Amino acid sequence: MPGAVLEMIGVSKGFPGVRALADVDFRLFPGEIHALMGENGAGKSTLIKVLTGVHSADAGEVRLGGERVTVTGPQHAQSLGISTVYQEVNLCPNLTVAENVFIGREPSKAGAIRWREIRRRAAELLTRFGVDVDPGARLGTCSLAIQQLVAIVRAVDISAKVLILDEPTSSLDRDEVEQLFTVMRRLRDDGVAILFVSHFLDQVYEVSDRMTVLRNGALVGEYETARLSRIDLVGHMTGRTLSTLEQLHVRDETARVQAEPVLKADGVGRRGAIAPFDLEIHPGEVVGLAGLLGSGRTEAARLMFGADLADSGTVALGGASVPLRSPNAAIQHGVAFCPENRKSEGLIEDLTVGENIVLALQAANGWLRPLSQARRQELVGRYMTALRITPADPDMPARNLSGGNQQKVLLARWLITQPKLLILDEPTRGIDVGAKAEIQKLVVSLAEDGVAVLFVSAELEEVLRISHKIEILRDRRLIAEIGDTGSVTPEGILEIIANGTTS
Amino acid sequence: MTTLGLKGPVRIRREHAAVLVTFGLLVAMFAAGSIVYPAFGSAQVVVDLFIDNGFLLVIAIGMTFVILTGGIDLSVGAVAALSGMLCAFLLGQWHWPVAVVLPLVLLVGVGFGFGMGYVIHHFEIQPFIATLAGMFLARGLCFVISVDQISITHPFFTEWAQTRIPLGEETNVTPTVLIGLVVFAAAFWTLHYTRFGRAVYAIGGNDQSALLMGLPVARTRIRAYMVSGLCSALGGILFAFYTISASGLHEVGTELDAIAAVVIGGTLLTGGSGYVVGTVLGVMLLGTIQTILRFQGTLSSWWTRIAIGVLLLLFILLQRLLGSSRTRR
Repeated sequence: MPGAVLEMIGVSKGFPGVRALADVDFRLFPGEIHALMGENGAGKSTLIKVLTGVHSADAGEVRLGGERVTVTGPQHAQSLGISTVYQEVNLCPNLTVAENVFIGREPSKAGAIRWREIRRRAAELLTRFGVDVDPGARLGTCSLAIQQLVAIVRAVDISAKVLILDEPTSSLDRDEVEQLFTVMRRLRDDGVAILFVSHFLDQVYEVSDRMTVLRNGALVGEYETARLSRIDLVGHMTGRTLSTLEQLHVRDETARVQAEPVLKADGVGRRGAIAPFDLEIHPGEVVGLAGLLGSGRTEAARLMFGADLADSGTVALGGASVPLRSPNAAIQHGVAFCPENRKSEGLIEDLTVGENIVLALQAANGWLRPLSQARRQELVGRYMTALRITPADPDMPARNLSGGNQQKVLLARWLITQPKLLILDEPTRGIDVGAKAEIQKLVVSLAEDGVAVLFVSAELEEVLRISHKIEILRDRRLIAEIGDTGSVTPEGILEIIANGTTS
Repeated sequence: MTTLGLKGPVRIRREHAAVLVTFGLLVAMFAAGSIVYPAFGSAQVVVDLFIDNGFLLVIAIGMTFVILTGGIDLSVGAVAALSGMLCAFLLGQWHWPVAVVLPLVLLVGVGFGFGMGYVIHHFEIQPFIATLAGMFLARGLCFVISVDQISITHPFFTEWAQTRIPLGEETNVTPTVLIGLVVFAAAFWTLHYTRFGRAVYAIGGNDQSALLMGLPVARTRIRAYMVSGLCSALGGILFAFYTISASGLHEVGTELDAIAAVVIGGTLLTGGSGYVVGTVLGVMLLGTIQTILRFQGTLSSWWTRIAIGVLLLLFILLQRLLGSSRTRR
């Protein structure tokens, strides 16, 4: 085996109150796809940020091609041949696709940028990678998936020796993931070293050659993917056995109460978002919304909360028809909504964990009746313990928490209001296996307590595992309802999506 | 001026639409003026628009750079006034040669821009506050030099003020107009054909992304304010040519006129979207309103303000309408 192209030796990094990386060794060889595994908060992001010079290491060294380097910033990393594509697309939405590929290194002649050449070369690159998009289109008008691929095209074209992909697949659908993997394999065969971070175990096993596992900022080990079973991997990541995951399969079908539905939607729809559909959710029932990216899952959920206005149909909550003109109206009727994008639509990063948790309850109470300090502390403490939010410090700014814990904070915010109907839009997206299992378990136990849950998720396995009833969406239309979830497989649902009724 | 050298099908983009609306309004207003006042439609009136607003044009072009990065520069009027005062003082009191004074004054403007840009970027101060401080500082320095209006008697200035370059038989322009056009051409080229210019747009689009894409965010942002400082100083000199005087009370409120012109020209205050040609149209539109009121004769000049206010509101609403289609995915 040739020498490592990139090596980290004894790297440590701390933030106030958090030890993000402790004495971590890491090796990356040319021509391999290396998965970096670990739960949220395990130090994956920090490791990547040290590699790209966003953070400087407190101790240890980084070696590139055997030479010790001190990466001073993303630009420096790029010039050293380390390119990164981050979880959130880091491109400029106001520029064209072509310009996003070339900005900062535009071909120019006599100081003037040569636009024609940019257009031509961008078109070539996009064609080579099979990305079907007009290079002259403004990036902001493209889908997230296309934006992600454009980011990868850019990173790859910067003659990357090392390509870091930080959760590139979290917003792609299956076909797009395959397309990405094809590109990744081709690059690997060309000798590029690829560092791949993903929460999808299937994807990691499909594409990676080796993996490094981190836990709580420390190195657990370096493994060959083919020789490490999934059970062992998850064990390494969480430091626990898989019992929490297994438990979920035992589901009490009798918990489902056939009483008055909590929510009954009758022909509810919104032009351009989702075709009119009917939906019933009973107390203690978990209803899953399944479908591909862009199939109208989120749009349907938003209508149920009044976040968008329906232009047809009626919604009855607890038996009485209610005009859902605003989220506030929905909240008053005991509906809670955890949005998909926890950063921009839910969590307020500058407030503390405790403040974030009591926010919805305070809003429901009205600003004129503030919660007493004691009651606040008691509530926050109770939910932080119940949801196992770590670190267990209610006064820490929410931005310092890992993704999984931020999601739990959002959940706590709504649970505290004791909703009758809880709408969860992708509650487990971008969080690790352990936290995922905990949140799934929590949903199941909430349902057992009589809460109705509308569960939106891109992961069919997850929807199948915890839902009593699954609504399948395709092309912004509800195409099927599966009442008995015990008898279907993810493949079966995919088949319905693939062959389902079309208009 | 459609796809900026990007050959291909001409798309009506949001930012194009905004510029087109401004252009349409300018044409309509001019046509209306010509119908009501026969003398209005002459070429000299068009040229006078440039002559009377040349300094504002230059300042607004500098402002465009800053607004494109998502910032704002409130110091432009004060820096322009300071430039005029420096010219008057150094030429009149200390009798320095013009060849030294003018570059020095421009350098002072650039220095102001650098200082504010540096503070804004490295201390993460709101541009509004940092440039407000710059505004007070520059305005204060004017009165340190003199509390009175100083008239400029230097032959270079008086000659310049009288120079007319003939343009056809009945029309002539001042050198100020030519300088304004050169600044416009330079700004257009810089914004669309240099890496600095593209980085300005990128920062306005998303500065975090720009940083992670390896663009020189600090350098670009500071340079944008330096461009604005340079343009302010040049604008101040042009204004001194125009009035052959300088005063600490000159160009009060110019920063707001410049911002209004940029916004009316279709540039988004949030940055990342807009064209310098829009700014030119915006300045022309403001000038046309003033000219119409002058032809009308009986209305107070404050009606200009009212018209600008109404226009500004309309354009911001228009931007909101044009922009709303892209915010929802």
